[in-house]
Amino acid sequence: MRREGSPFQGLSTVFVKELADHVSSIRMLMLELLIVFTALAALYEAISSLRQTTAEDPFLLLRLFTTDQAPLPSFVAILGFLIPLMAIGLGFDAVNGEHSRRTLSRILAQPIYRDALLMGKFLAALATIGISLAALWLLVIGLGLLFLGVPPGGEEIARSLVFLVVAIFYAGVWLSLAMLLSTVFRSAATAALVSLGIWLFLTVLWPMLAPAVAQLIAPSDPRYALLGLNDPATAVWTQELLRLSPNDLFGEAMLAVLSPTTRTLGPVFLDQLRGAVIGAPLPFGESIMIAWPQTVGLVAGTIILFAFSYVLFQRQEVRA
Amino acid sequence: MTEQQSETRNERRDLVISARGLTRRYGRTVVVDAVDFGIARGEVFGLLGPNGAGKTTTILMMLGLTEISSGEVSVLGFDPARQPLKVKRRVGYLPDAVGFYDQLTAAENLAYTAKLMGLARAERAGRIEAALARVGLAEVAAKPVATFSRGMRQRLGLAEIIVKRAEIAILDEPTSGLDPQATQEFLGLIGELKAEGVTVLLSSHMLDQVQRVCDRVALFRAGRIELMGAVPELAVKVLGAGFVVEVEAEGAGIARRLALIPGVTKVETLADDRFRMTAERDVRPDAARAVVAVDGALRKLSVDEPSLEAIYAHCFQAQPAGDVRHAA
Repeated sequence: MRREGSPFQGLSTVFVKELADHVSSIRMLMLELLIVFTALAALYEAISSLRQTTAEDPFLLLRLFTTDQAPLPSFVAILGFLIPLMAIGLGFDAVNGEHSRRTLSRILAQPIYRDALLMGKFLAALATIGISLAALWLLVIGLGLLFLGVPPGGEEIARSLVFLVVAIFYAGVWLSLAMLLSTVFRSAATAALVSLGIWLFLTVLWPMLAPAVAQLIAPSDPRYALLGLNDPATAVWTQELLRLSPNDLFGEAMLAVLSPTTRTLGPVFLDQLRGAVIGAPLPFGESIMIAWPQTVGLVAGTIILFAFSYVLFQRQEVRA
Repeated sequence: MTEQQSETRNERRDLVISARGLTRRYGRTVVVDAVDFGIARGEVFGLLGPNGAGKTTTILMMLGLTEISSGEVSVLGFDPARQPLKVKRRVGYLPDAVGFYDQLTAAENLAYTAKLMGLARAERAGRIEAALARVGLAEVAAKPVATFSRGMRQRLGLAEIIVKRAEIAILDEPTSGLDPQATQEFLGLIGELKAEGVTVLLSSHMLDQVQRVCDRVALFRAGRIELMGAVPELAVKVLGAGFVVEVEAEGAGIARRLALIPGVTKVETLADDRFRMTAERDVRPDAARAVVAVDGALRKLSVDEPSLEAIYAHCFQAQPAGDVRHAA
C-alpha cells in the first residue's frame, strides 16, 4: 500500500515556524546566555594563560579551544557538557508539546504528512543550535584575534570548522534522543527528566562506571599490576565502553582535530611509536582520519535515534 | 415522508462520504465495528453517542489520521488511507477541544495552517481576514491566542475551515464546554456553512443542538451505528409515533374521549386532570374539540416535537445490550 504525495510537503513551512519559535523563545535565550557566559569564562582563562606562555605555537588559535586553566575546564569540554543541555532544551517537548497544546490533530488535518512535522521540527532545532554554535565560533575567532593578536592560519580555520560540524552532529544525537523521548512520553516533564537523567548518567557517571565494568569483563592481569602498568585488555574494554557515550565520542574527535599532535585515541604500544616524532603535529587529513570513526558514530547515533522516533511517531495515535 | 424520499434520492446521487464495513480494532478491542453510512453533499450529518462509542475514531479514519483495520471509506472519491493529502486539502477538521499556539496571534495561527494548506502568499492574507471577520474575531486578530476564551478558540478553528474553503467540515464536539450564547453563535455559523453548500459532519452529545442543526443523525453505540436517519423518522421508528400531546383539562371522561380521536395510539393519565396522548399527527385541534365536547375546562394543550433526547434515551437505556445489533 503506497501513499500518494510527497512526504516533504509542508516541511519548509514547519521548519520556518519552528525556527522562529526557537529563536524568539525565552528558553533559547536562557540556554544561549548560559553557554556564552561559561564559554567566555573558559576563553578568558585560556587567553590569559596563553598570553603568558607561548607565542611560537603554530596552532595558537586552537589552543583557545583546548587550554584549560583550573578550576575551569577548556572551552571544548564546557561545550561537550552544555551542548546536550541545549539540545535537550529544544527537543524534549517537540511532540508531546503538540499533544498537550492539542494542536497536533489540527496540524495533521492539513495536507501534510507526519514526516514533514517531525523532520521540520528536528531540522529547525538543529539549525537553531547550528546558528548558536556558529556565532560562538565566530566569537572565539574574534576574541583570539583581538587578544592574541595572531592571525589564524588556514589549517587552524579548517580544523576549527571541523569542530563546528562535529559539534552540530553531537548536538544532533542529543536532539534526536530528546525528540524520541518526547514521542515516547506524553508528559513533557517526564521526557525532560528522563533526557536529563540520561545526559547526567552518560557525562558524569559513565566515565566512572566504565572502568569498573571493564574490570568485570576483563579483569586485569596481576603481572601487569606488578610492573605498574595497565592491562591492555582492560584498557581497551574501558575505552570501548566509554565510547558508548556520545560525550566521549565528541571529546575524542575534538582531541584529534583540535590538538594536531594527537596520533591515536586508543592505548598506544611502544612498537607503534617506532619512528614517530613525538610532539610533531599531524597533517590536517591525518587528524581527520583519526577523528573519522567518532564523527561517523555521532552521525549514526543521530540517524538511528531519529529513525526510532520517526517510526514511533508514525504509529502513534493522534488523539490524546 | 418527503424527507425520506429526498434522502434516498441523495444517497444515490451525490455521496461525498461513504463508508462500508469500516472497522477499527486496537488489539482485540473493536472500537468501530463495521459501520456503513453515506453522507450527501450539502447535508448536515450528526454523529451521536456516548463518549467512547467510536465517533472520533470514525472521524480520524475519514481523515487518514488513524489506520483502518478493515472495510473502506471514501471521502470525495478519495481513499484517505492512500491519498490523505488530497482528502485533507478538501476537508476541514475542527478537533475536540481544539488547541492553538498560544504565543502566536489569531492571524498568525491561521497563517501557519494556511501555509501548510499550500495557499499562495497573495491569497492568504485576504482569506484569513475574511474568515476572521466572518466568525467575529476581526478585532482580536492581532491578539495572542493565549487570551482567548473557549468559544473564541472554537470560532478560530472554524475560521481555519473557512480559510481552507473546505467542501466538507468535520466538527468534533464543537459546542461542548461553550456557554449558551457562544453555542448559539456557533450553531449559527454552522448554519451559514450549510447555506453555502458545505457538507457538515458534526459529532456531539448535546442532543437538542444536534436536533436543531442536523438533517440526519447516526446514533453510535459501542462502535456500531444503532440508528440512522432524520429525527422525525427515527421518532416514528423508535418511539412508535411522532407526536406527544399533553392535555391539562378538568372534566369527566376526558381520557376515554381523547382515545377515540383518529390517529391517537395511546392515552396515558398522568394525574386527574393531565393526560398524555401519543399520536401519528398533530392532534391538538381534535383534542381541544374533545375536551369541549365533554364540557371540560381546557387549561393547557401542548405538543412535544419528536425529541432526539427521547429517542436517545429509548435507544441507550431501554434496550439491553444484547439484542440491539439489528436495530440499525
